Amino acid sequence: MPQDTAANTNRDPFAGIAPVKNLSGFEINPLYGPEDVKGIDFELDVGLPGEYPYVRGVYSTMYRVRPWTIRQLGSLGPPGEANKRIRQLVGMGANGISICLDMPTIMGRDSDDPLAEGEVGCCGGVAIDTIQDMRELLAGIELDKISINFVSNSQSAVILAMFCALAEERDVPWNLLTGTMQNDALKEYQAQKSYYFPPRPSMRLIMDTISFCIRNLPRFNPISISGYHLASAGATPLQELAFTLANGFTYVEEGIKAGMSVDDFAPRLSFFFKVHNDLFENVAKFRAARRIWGRTMKEKFGAKNPASWRFRVHTQTSGSSLTAQQMENNIIRTTIQALSAVMAGTQSLHTNAFDEALSIPTPQSERVALRTQQIILHESGAASTIDPLAGSYYVEALTKQMEEACEKYFQTIAEMGGVIACIEKGYFQREIAESAFRYQRSLEKGERIIVGLNKYADGEESQILLRELDPEFEKNKVAALKKYKEERDHDLLRAKGEELRAVCTGRDNVMPSLISAVRAGMTLGEAIGHMRDIFGVYREQAIF
Amino acid sequence: MSKEKIKVIISKVGLDGHDRGAKVVAFLLREAGMEVVYLGMYQTPESIVKAAIDEDADVIGLSYLSGEHLVFTPLIVKEMKEKGLDDVLFVAGGSFPPEDIPMMRAMGIDEVFRGGSLTEDFVSYIRNHVGKKGAE
Amino acid sequence: MSRRKSPSPEELVEKLLSGDRRAAARLITIIEDQSDQANDMMKMIFPHTGRSMIIGLTGSGGSGKSTLIDHLIGRFRAMDKKVGVVAVDPSSPFSGGALLGDRIRFQSHAIDDGVFIRSMASRGYLGGLARGTTDVVRVMEAMGNDVIIIETLGAGQDEIDIIHLAQTCILILTPGMGDDIQAMKAGIMEIADIIALNKADLDKANLCLSSLETSIHYGMDKKKGWLPRVVPTIAFASKSTDIRGVDELVQAIMDHQAYLHETRKIDEVRNKRIEQELGLVFKDEVEKVVFAGIKGTGKKRQYIESIRAGKSDPYSVVKEVLSTFLRV
Repeated sequence: MPQDTAANTNRDPFAGIAPVKNLSGFEINPLYGPEDVKGIDFELDVGLPGEYPYVRGVYSTMYRVRPWTIRQLGSLGPPGEANKRIRQLVGMGANGISICLDMPTIMGRDSDDPLAEGEVGCCGGVAIDTIQDMRELLAGIELDKISINFVSNSQSAVILAMFCALAEERDVPWNLLTGTMQNDALKEYQAQKSYYFPPRPSMRLIMDTISFCIRNLPRFNPISISGYHLASAGATPLQELAFTLANGFTYVEEGIKAGMSVDDFAPRLSFFFKVHNDLFENVAKFRAARRIWGRTMKEKFGAKNPASWRFRVHTQTSGSSLTAQQMENNIIRTTIQALSAVMAGTQSLHTNAFDEALSIPTPQSERVALRTQQIILHESGAASTIDPLAGSYYVEALTKQMEEACEKYFQTIAEMGGVIACIEKGYFQREIAESAFRYQRSLEKGERIIVGLNKYADGEESQILLRELDPEFEKNKVAALKKYKEERDHDLLRAKGEELRAVCTGRDNVMPSLISAVRAGMTLGEAIGHMRDIFGVYREQAIF
Repeated sequence: MSKEKIKVIISKVGLDGHDRGAKVVAFLLREAGMEVVYLGMYQTPESIVKAAIDEDADVIGLSYLSGEHLVFTPLIVKEMKEKGLDDVLFVAGGSFPPEDIPMMRAMGIDEVFRGGSLTEDFVSYIRNHVGKKGAE
Repeated sequence: MSRRKSPSPEELVEKLLSGDRRAAARLITIIEDQSDQANDMMKMIFPHTGRSMIIGLTGSGGSGKSTLIDHLIGRFRAMDKKVGVVAVDPSSPFSGGALLGDRIRFQSHAIDDGVFIRSMASRGYLGGLARGTTDVVRVMEAMGNDVIIIETLGAGQDEIDIIHLAQTCILILTPGMGDDIQAMKAGIMEIADIIALNKADLDKANLCLSSLETSIHYGMDKKKGWLPRVVPTIAFASKSTDIRGVDELVQAIMDHQAYLHETRKIDEVRNKRIEQELGLVFKDEVEKVVFAGIKGTGKKRQYIESIRAGKSDPYSVVKEVLSTFLRV
């Protein structure tokens, strides 16, 4: 195509070029210029980092003073093994650890539950049945120095109880404990589906854990409102943004209903986002999130504490974007995604191992994932300045676009009666399933290219070392659990069970009785069982 | 005796709740003109095979996403044999290590579709193999 | 399309009569596909049918039809009755495929051998059921099921097939969804023997309940003998102790059945069913004969062109065709 000259500036050089849409559905112009940012008041709408509305970053100095937390997942079936991994990661420089649970624990079942058969220690998670497992998991870890993120949801209250009981045993004051719990029920109903109880009791448990943490664990984030899982189920970045924020606002409303003052608990709310391949779309998503959250907290909910206005987020690179084919490509994908997260101003980051699509990471692939973050931090320059893409015509225009589209979603949700009503009507589930379907279609039509998958595929299998899970693990765990259960004080346990049920039926905070129950040896499955009896069980209604 | 429509059971088994893949495949198979009975999550080998019998299904399709493929594959194959479903195809999609695939085949699964498979892959497999398993 | 091991028709029917579910499932497929053996098999099956309780449920998506059916199955099983269920879902008019997602709501019966559940795609058939549903119900009767529950596609003005097939027709409505008004307009209320007002814990439930009862009271022909009964229900709750109205619904069904048997109205109902089946079979056979005759002769195209050219009209064409094939 001939270069533009003064003579043919009338001709649009982009005429006839096929349109390109990003995942959120916005058309990406071949060129952005000043006219795309007209109407943006940089002082009011964009501003400075650390200042309302925080578009450029929640803190004024960001990574120049303190880099993001490198928080990698470190867990494997047996708590003892997981403990080794955690200590290795800490040794390699990670200052935060994420603990994943195995499938039975995720579903609120002990390792000896008949439904757990064959799945104990499965999919790279730790089997946590009792406080003994918690002791093994965190042996030798300084609880007041390392930030621990429990990827737990419906069982969060029990996990927190075990964590608190352990800290007590070790004489670590609760107010020194740092970390997070995912503890986000709404996204379970919308996407991940590891819910137990219906929405009301789930909200009650979440509010109990939040108010308990406000009073006793001020440095521990009791909830990580998650978009990651929505995105994994198929939500576009725009839907992830809109639905996650809508969920966040619902938790705020619930907190107020539970009698807490918004400035007491809002500063403790944190978020969890996914970062996908389109670097710029992701940066815009984060910036829009900060603006919307800040503005809504201040203007709609009347929060006065700046800490309530700040959208703090943990990010994980996109697992679902990784391919099993030509796995080395995943290193590049993870790098681009991590770079995007850094440029977007995340507070903490997990980078996936490149063999994530196949199995539990090996020590080697975990190291590559860790080094990815460290190289970005020390060698790329991306962390040397705050919000480096601000002022870019493209990114500012995209940020505004996402924000406006988000408002439309909020309106729809409000018209349908709010987030919980929408969940019951299957609204989110349908939106997400449709996006998943559209995405698959676009891959098959070749509209969207995944290198090594639908283009440049060469049928060659990568030779990767895969980690084995000890096949005896389940047997040993079940035997150990049996022994533990026999050696407990059964009368005390029964009393604790009754106490727990009474608290659940009433309105007191469940945490104190949960803590004393796990100290007495109550298992996770038993505690959840008591709660199921009182709260009931949730069954999804609308499927498609 | 030939059939008008291919009937496929799509299900998940065990505790895993990630149903994105299962739902997408269910939609795609419907678009390919098949009748899909979607069983959803938390099914057992018994409930899946019973559905296959009552629905006179041609194919049982499972979505494995959490490492449960080696646990449940033999259980389902066993249940199918016991209930006499010798001519029903058993296929699975999802995420598992490539070296587990020969093991799954040895256990009795008919075909496996790893992440990244395209609609055309499993639709044409099904169309070409339905009715041929255990045929006279 | 596919070739499968095939026992003889006699073998299949024999197995069916002994309660073999694979045979039943195979037979149902033969019926769905309108295969040649279908008619012969139905001839063998018919004498063994006609004694089961047949219940139809209709209601728009989201009304809780499937969840109520799930409870009903449980209650009938507790009475030691064997239950057959037909759940109909629409076929895609574009691809011809279908997503059959009703089974998923009957999880509590997923491994009960006393329950036989079959999903059917409408395959383009209008009327709320699938073309072969009437024959499928006969198959389920011959299999030995005491109760057969049919779940229609939805609840529209076209959903009339169920009236003639089911002995007891239940319409599921929910407060505030506008179904109640739609239903009243469409006259569906006159069809229903029982109206379940589900999600009776919602706002406006009481309002809805009284307006339904009023309409029935004033609109119904009291000479008919059975006044449609409105039963408020809460089919779905996270604690089983919060579920409401199922016992009352079952009672209403049993009462209606008792009414039918005591007044001998059951014969009328059975007659209507047979009449509908006769009509269906008749239409099918005529179509088959005519199409078999015309196929490949090029006559259909000739007829169409002559109508287009103004030389003929559909009525004359059909008269000619009928007189040729049926010697009428």
